[in-house]
Amino acid sequence: MAKAILFDVFRCTGCRGCQVACKQWNDLPAEETHNTGSYQNPPRVSSDTWLVMEFREIENENGDGGLTWAFRRQACMHCLHPACVSACPVAALYKSDDGPVLYDNGRCIGCRYCILACPFEIPTFQWSEGLAEGAEIKKCNFCIDRLGAGMQPACVHTCPPGALMFGDRDELIAVAEARIAEHPERYVDHVYGKEEAGGTSLLYISPVPFEELGMPTLGSDPIQKDSESIMHIATPVVLGGMLVGLSGLYWVVRRRQEMMGKSAGSGRQGDREA
Amino acid sequence: MNTETTLRRPPISPAVVVLGALIVLGLVVAIIRYVNGLGAISNLNNNTAWGLWISFDLLCGVALASGAFITASIVYLFGGERFRPLVRPAILTGFLGYLIVVLALMVDLGRPERIWHLLIFWNGSSVMFEVGWCVMLYTFVLALEFSPLVFERFGLEAPRRLIHALVIPLAIAGATLSTLHQSSLGSLFVILPDELHKIWFTPLLPLMFWLTAVAVGPAMVILESTISSRVFRRGLHLDLLGDLAKVIPFILAAYILVKFGDLAGSGELDLLFDGDLESGLWWLEIIGFAALPMVLFSLRAVRESNGWLMLSALLVVSGVILSRFAVSLIALGKPDFAESYAPHPLEFAVTVGVVAAGVAAFGLAARYLPLFVEEAPSTAAE
Repeated sequence: MAKAILFDVFRCTGCRGCQVACKQWNDLPAEETHNTGSYQNPPRVSSDTWLVMEFREIENENGDGGLTWAFRRQACMHCLHPACVSACPVAALYKSDDGPVLYDNGRCIGCRYCILACPFEIPTFQWSEGLAEGAEIKKCNFCIDRLGAGMQPACVHTCPPGALMFGDRDELIAVAEARIAEHPERYVDHVYGKEEAGGTSLLYISPVPFEELGMPTLGSDPIQKDSESIMHIATPVVLGGMLVGLSGLYWVVRRRQEMMGKSAGSGRQGDREA
Repeated sequence: MNTETTLRRPPISPAVVVLGALIVLGLVVAIIRYVNGLGAISNLNNNTAWGLWISFDLLCGVALASGAFITASIVYLFGGERFRPLVRPAILTGFLGYLIVVLALMVDLGRPERIWHLLIFWNGSSVMFEVGWCVMLYTFVLALEFSPLVFERFGLEAPRRLIHALVIPLAIAGATLSTLHQSSLGSLFVILPDELHKIWFTPLLPLMFWLTAVAVGPAMVILESTISSRVFRRGLHLDLLGDLAKVIPFILAAYILVKFGDLAGSGELDLLFDGDLESGLWWLEIIGFAALPMVLFSLRAVRESNGWLMLSALLVVSGVILSRFAVSLIALGKPDFAESYAPHPLEFAVTVGVVAAGVAAFGLAARYLPLFVEEAPSTAAE
């Protein structure tokens, strides 16, 4: 059964316990940052920070000074049909049966196409590692080592207000829909991640529209649908067609030249220009 | 044609100094990158993971190397025997173009020492997988197509005859791999339906990249022949270049149709009148760098004038560069927390260094290898 995490933006207090728990469990070093004019820090996920809580001020007439906070979890969505996995030329990234999108850094050639392909801007690269250190791609791995030991991901385990919930994806979708049905005044009527990009293992429910939360507006098709059609259908057709077509064309041209008399082609044109 | 009466002298000294300095600078920067990481010499980051090197060295480099497969196809497959004098310089330009691409990739790739992983770890869904294989295989084909020059120079008759016997299969393989490679560079960006500006995004990107590569192939042959005829003081096959240019208007017309048809098909023609940067670039490419050279190349007076041929070819080349930068950098949306990207000066140093290496290699080949062969009588004899 595919595992998933439900993130309830309404319940989140922005304490960033999840962000710290992620650093601690995964033994990630601190990052040198600057004040960007917000409580949020650092500005985005990186090779040393796999989970960032985004602090967003949303216009709301009932809020304090016309504004309310909304917190967005910025970390791997563990897509059901991950674009990064489709994009990786050496299959270093892969989708595990339980849900997590994992990677084997022993294969990575550092092309960074996964960074480009991900619609959530999640995979990151080690930009200051030279050949000796060996730069790697880094991102949230769903605490796969904890899951294997029957534990919840560190972020879920630590969340004080219970804004994060770990479980089977189908059950979490039911929970999310029940919360929306129970308190329609609290939530936007949409479970983000149920359909987006073919479905994700991170499910969000939110009191503010998802665009204002900074989530990309995505259709229900996997991001890589067209690109995979090109690879699986167009490319083999072009490959076969070109080989057969060009060989055939060469044969036809050659036969025609033979019938017309070989010498005509080259000499005549060359002389004229002198 | 040749009004100057300067002595025929191999062009060296000042050029060698400048090229050598640029190559050394590029090498030094590459070493810094290998020690301290990509961040030390570039402005690349997690928001802009691909920059100048992918847009220019890879995408433009491969497109501008297409003269090799176009010329080889015309001569060996389509019966254009009289274009044979253009083949060797075109193959060399293409081969060096691909070597430039590979060199630049060796700097850009995060783990260049693992490039061979492409051979053993496969993912048939990845466009990058196709790109990687095409780079490797076509560089190999170009090396084989180029090898007779070396064999001839050193009088190695047996291997020369072997390659000569393979010339048709090599031309077929070259055209096939080039088509796959040129188009797959466009396909790379088909995975960005939500990030690439709608006016530039289309699942037809591979077709568009291929069409522009086919159009720029003859244009590059025109430029390369004209420049090398002046630098090396050789005769110019103006009639051949003019005839070669006749195909360009057809390709550009097809490209313009595909560009409009694509937007019409997806009901997005109104985007053309948004007046933003992306639509401005779109019009600049279509009018200035596609329609204008299409008209120019279809005029006999242009095809018979070396200067006009070169100008029109430059327009086509500019169009290719513009479209590659637009798709891979300019029209690519960024998350709202991302700063804008401008290449680091040292990124330019790498690009300039590898291009200088290519120019130097062309100069050396022109000097020491039988690059310009005259199989048919021509003006070069005068």
